[in-house]
Amino acid sequence: MEDKKTPLLDELEKGDWPSFVTEIKKAAATKKNAKDLLNQLEKSYGENLGHWKHGGIVGVKGYGGGVVGRYSDSPEEFPDVAEFHTVRVNQVAGFFYTADKLRQLADVWDKYGSGLYNMHGSTGDIILLGTTTENLQPCVDELADIGFDLGGSGGAMRTLSSCVGKARCEKACIDATDIIRDLTLHYQNEIHRPAFGYKFKIKVAGCANDCCASTARSDLAIVGTWRDTLRIDNKAIREEYVEKGFNIVDRVIVKCPSKCLSWDAEKGVLNIIPEDCVRCMHCINEMPKALRVGTEEGATLMVGGKVAIVKGAMIGWVLVPFMKMEAPYTEFKDLLDKIIDWWAEHGKNRERISELIERMGLVTFLKAVDLKPLPQMVREPRSNPYIYWSPEEVENNG
Amino acid sequence: MAKTDFGPPDFRELIPPVIKENYGKWKYHEVPQQGVLRHVSESGAVLHSVRMASPRLVSGDFIREISDIAEKYCDGYLRFTTRNNVEFLVSDANNVDPLLDELDDKGYLVGGIGNVISNIVHTQGWIHCKSAVTDASGITKSIMDDVKDYFTGKIALPARCRIAVACCINMCGACHCSDIAVVGIHRTPPRIDDELASKICEIPNTVASCPTGAIKPNPRTKSVTVNQEKCMMCANCTVVCPAMKIMNPAKDGVSIWVGGKVSNARTAPMFSKLAIPFLPNNAPRWPEVTDAVKHLIEVWAVNAKKGERMGEWIGRIGWERFFTLTDLPFTNQHIDDFTTAKTTFRSTTQFKF
Repeated sequence: MEDKKTPLLDELEKGDWPSFVTEIKKAAATKKNAKDLLNQLEKSYGENLGHWKHGGIVGVKGYGGGVVGRYSDSPEEFPDVAEFHTVRVNQVAGFFYTADKLRQLADVWDKYGSGLYNMHGSTGDIILLGTTTENLQPCVDELADIGFDLGGSGGAMRTLSSCVGKARCEKACIDATDIIRDLTLHYQNEIHRPAFGYKFKIKVAGCANDCCASTARSDLAIVGTWRDTLRIDNKAIREEYVEKGFNIVDRVIVKCPSKCLSWDAEKGVLNIIPEDCVRCMHCINEMPKALRVGTEEGATLMVGGKVAIVKGAMIGWVLVPFMKMEAPYTEFKDLLDKIIDWWAEHGKNRERISELIERMGLVTFLKAVDLKPLPQMVREPRSNPYIYWSPEEVENNG
Repeated sequence: MAKTDFGPPDFRELIPPVIKENYGKWKYHEVPQQGVLRHVSESGAVLHSVRMASPRLVSGDFIREISDIAEKYCDGYLRFTTRNNVEFLVSDANNVDPLLDELDDKGYLVGGIGNVISNIVHTQGWIHCKSAVTDASGITKSIMDDVKDYFTGKIALPARCRIAVACCINMCGACHCSDIAVVGIHRTPPRIDDELASKICEIPNTVASCPTGAIKPNPRTKSVTVNQEKCMMCANCTVVCPAMKIMNPAKDGVSIWVGGKVSNARTAPMFSKLAIPFLPNNAPRWPEVTDAVKHLIEVWAVNAKKGERMGEWIGRIGWERFFTLTDLPFTNQHIDDFTTAKTTFRSTTQFKF
């Protein structure tokens, strides 16, 4: 193979930030497809134009998704990426690995693919970038031998992901990694055999800091919270913060969104009006040695997060203000099954759950999934007078 | 029959003993130096996590190198963050400094914690996506080269600043709720290959894919027509019908959006809003984009109060002041004309001149 020059991409090897071009070149030292990936990318850089063809279905036995077909639109010019399919591998919850586990993965992918990875893709999967149709099945088989299964693609429940959760975070109010492990195993069929009109994403954040962007990025977000009062250690506030020059008024008190905190400088005591606290996490973030989340833990469920396609972006909104999240998470699964059943029945092709709710009305949705309307679900009640009354409601209200 | 549906490896088998023993018992954490987290358990046990920048797109060599490093300093235990950094999970505190030294010797950057610019969350780009308008990895690399001192904490910031790059408006990252979002855009409507459309496209699906109702069936050609004035170049039709060709290298480009966040801390999660509707797609280093991002960071850093993220700062000063301070032009494109438009009109006489 001719060793083509890549002057444009070489520019991206300069600078201190680690370079993806250097990574592709490392793989290209032994992999012809990585070399041709580099060559095709150089062409894209020169033309401002991608060179991957639209679509192309590939598959492996027993799965309806998890591998995504990718074909070069210039196979004569770049024969080694004529077929360059993606394998989505379900990541370990919390993105925890050991050296041995990663090396096993690298051994399989060196054998069958480009030796290039995304650690990790936007939804959470390990993305194995590029192999041939012929290599897909043996690759997936050997991944199975080392304990790695495929993730989701297409109109399916997508690979679940979470923040680090209770494994390594003091703020986690729910066991985020265990929840996605449990749900992932429970919903293998929905993940692996696309049967929905469009994608359905679930993410789990241990607290309202939402380090995995669950509310913005998933159709159903599980966000840890608590129902009692945050724990305050006034001695630690004084000794670890205030006496060391930390300006508690500027940094904490005035930033409290519900003004439920006040600082008694004379006594050195932080006062809270517990029923006014909206559990935003700010004060805990600022004084982690002195403030802790409450002990009556659970989750707020947020529904509908997505980006613009088709009818506009949504940040998820409150569906269930508080749900205990205890294994095996039966209450959650029952609700999720109802949501998916309603969506499957009424949703159009490529209509996400939030778009369906918008089209059919939140009240219709709440009735379908047996939830009562609550003020926590909305920012404010309606101001427009176009009120719908069902005949039953008219009868019942006299 | 191959084994299926067994799920990913169990994380419980891949976490270090100190995490197993202190799972759910962590009491607090501190940041003894940028790039190092020190978690302390109720039991008094301590775990150090050392956070290292990654290019996200990595080779097997990289995987093996971080594995070797993890084995040398932390019994092989490591993880990745949701922003694609690598974290070495160090149980023996004596290994933290030698690990930092080795990472420094090897040229790896350490940082990304708290009030800094962490790694950019980004999409696939020309590397592996059919709908990429631009190359997300290239823009990411170019920006991070320029702002790495904010990652390592060498230059302080008022608050955290989360940047995302998406190569089209599908935005396969948390782009729409980022402090700064860089998004590839089209500016010309799709061109239709009628013959191809009549053969391979489902016309009702293609019509239904249009958010503005700009696409109508064309019975004469067994294809569709696009109302040029209604089309807003979202490219959604091109996803369902490959005969709709929207790529236009000379006219496509990059837009910049600001002020989003996903956290509920202090203020509610927010969308990013349009700051710069168009910049040229100037590979390989996108100087116009990196300059604009740096400029936005610098204006925010100088003017924001401590603890104010981009969107919170703009919320306090108002968008009219934002455009003055950043010296960015306010254009036709900044005014929403989609279904969400009327939620953005200012129904008060309270504003600044």
